[in-house]
Amino acid sequence: MTAIEVSGLRKAYGKHTVLDGIDLHVAEGSVFSLLGPNGAGKTTTVEILTTLQAPDAGRIIVGGHDLTKDPEGVRAAIGVTGQFSAVDNILTGRENLQLMADLRHLGKRAGRQRVADLLERFDLVEAAGRPASTYSGGMRRRLDLAMTLVGTPRIIFLDEPTTGLDPRSRHTMWQCIRELLAAGTTIFLTTQYLEEADQLADRIALLNGGVLVAQGTPAELKRLVPGGHVRLQFSDPAGLDFAAARFTDGTRDDDALTLDVPGDGGVSSLRTLLDRLANERVEPDGLAVHTPDLDDVFLALTATPAASATSATSAKESVR
Amino acid sequence: MTTTVLDSVTLFRRDITHAVRFPMMTISGIGTASFFLLLFVGVFGDALGADFLPADGGRYVDYIAPGIILMAAGTGTAATAIKVNQDMQEGLIARLRTMSIARMSVLTGQVVGSLVRTILSVVLVVGVALALGFRPSATPLEYLAALGVFAMLTFALTWIAVAFGLATKTVAGANSLSLILQFLPLISSAFLPTGSMPGGVAWFAEHQPYTPIIETLRGLLMGSGIGDSAWWAVGWCAVLATVGFFWSRALYNRPRGA
Repeated sequence: MTAIEVSGLRKAYGKHTVLDGIDLHVAEGSVFSLLGPNGAGKTTTVEILTTLQAPDAGRIIVGGHDLTKDPEGVRAAIGVTGQFSAVDNILTGRENLQLMADLRHLGKRAGRQRVADLLERFDLVEAAGRPASTYSGGMRRRLDLAMTLVGTPRIIFLDEPTTGLDPRSRHTMWQCIRELLAAGTTIFLTTQYLEEADQLADRIALLNGGVLVAQGTPAELKRLVPGGHVRLQFSDPAGLDFAAARFTDGTRDDDALTLDVPGDGGVSSLRTLLDRLANERVEPDGLAVHTPDLDDVFLALTATPAASATSATSAKESVR
Repeated sequence: MTTTVLDSVTLFRRDITHAVRFPMMTISGIGTASFFLLLFVGVFGDALGADFLPADGGRYVDYIAPGIILMAAGTGTAATAIKVNQDMQEGLIARLRTMSIARMSVLTGQVVGSLVRTILSVVLVVGVALALGFRPSATPLEYLAALGVFAMLTFALTWIAVAFGLATKTVAGANSLSLILQFLPLISSAFLPTGSMPGGVAWFAEHQPYTPIIETLRGLLMGSGIGDSAWWAVGWCAVLATVGFFWSRALYNRPRGA
């Protein structure tokens, strides 16, 4: 089953093209992460998929409803937590949730039960009676997400849910997202944190300048860029010399007694390497596969022509 | 339709909770009107009234109280414009727009809330006027009609204020725009008869929406002649409410960032 199906999505503001033909496919019950730098078009994509903006072109199906023909059907199926916590500061945490329960027409008793459950689940019981304006950043995000969940949506959009949070709150948020996933919810997540996408997402799409530059599982994406290698560990210099003579494309480190052999970390290339080690009678003590991390992928695929001219390190710094 | 009413009531309750928890804006609305009443009756009263009031004891407080009461409708709109703008800034309106709720209930809830708040605040302004010597000569039926006129104007101005709140990018902008609604009565028949003003100003004062509405209210409360002002009053309120409603609706449904 498909939760979100997008083909040929385009959006421009005047002459400025924000999204230039996006195709997305999000399976039901999965976490899909849209990853990209600021200004890549992530928020615009979320705003279009959640009916806040109209697309210029493209076919979009969300939760089985055609977005342009049946936006109300889409709204009934989704929950949205935007980039900025959209909570009512004057109302208490409980009242914020109750407001959502009333607007979802849950009924008096069911609504109250749902509010109590969510306060418990998001660790907001103690703060429930305080105005949301007194909440910390992490608490506001949790309240925001809890408000989104009041109506038990099947598909949830999270637009940079952890931007600006401290590491602890971020991990709490990740835990919440994993629990949602376990309950069968489909999650569309945008983030500029590679680690977040790596931790949570089943599939990742890299968005840059309004175009998807790559799409796949985190592992697939990592294999797209060179730089992966297999590190062979030796116990003595003689072993290292012996191996280095046979694997001339390797990079040796005499202090660490290691030899890095290029390889993408895929199963078949690893099998080839192991066969070759056996044939050459090279016997390393240990072996570690180093796939490039998403940082490498991100930088390699989203580098603008100007940025790619500079060295990798400075490009990395300028992104951060 | 039933969900529209249900959702509007929910959002109206939210608005009332706001007014109770954060009464400053409602109070400042009442305060502005009361301040003008004190200023014009206490400070300028004798000088202004002597110019045009008949020598046989017409009192200035009776002349300006109706205008000040209607000014309270204008001052109440600042709070509305600011609140709508805040909801917009804080992303709450975006959240509500992604939910399957009756489309206009967000705005109608706000308008009904503002209407209730402003009507409550005008009761206090009337209290201040009475304390300063305002003595209306209205019958119960005329009081009811006066309340109707006030509610009609408040309703119209509130829709305009909602549009102001949605149209502006900042709270300060929303507040500034609503000043137009607050201070427009200054150039009307609220404080002086339009006949005593210089040419161009007199023309504007005679033809701006507040004047016929003030004349209607003054007629109802003090027994002065209404003439065709009542029709103009109804007409202006209908036009303002319609413009405000459709403008607000267009802004509310407008895609973000466009």
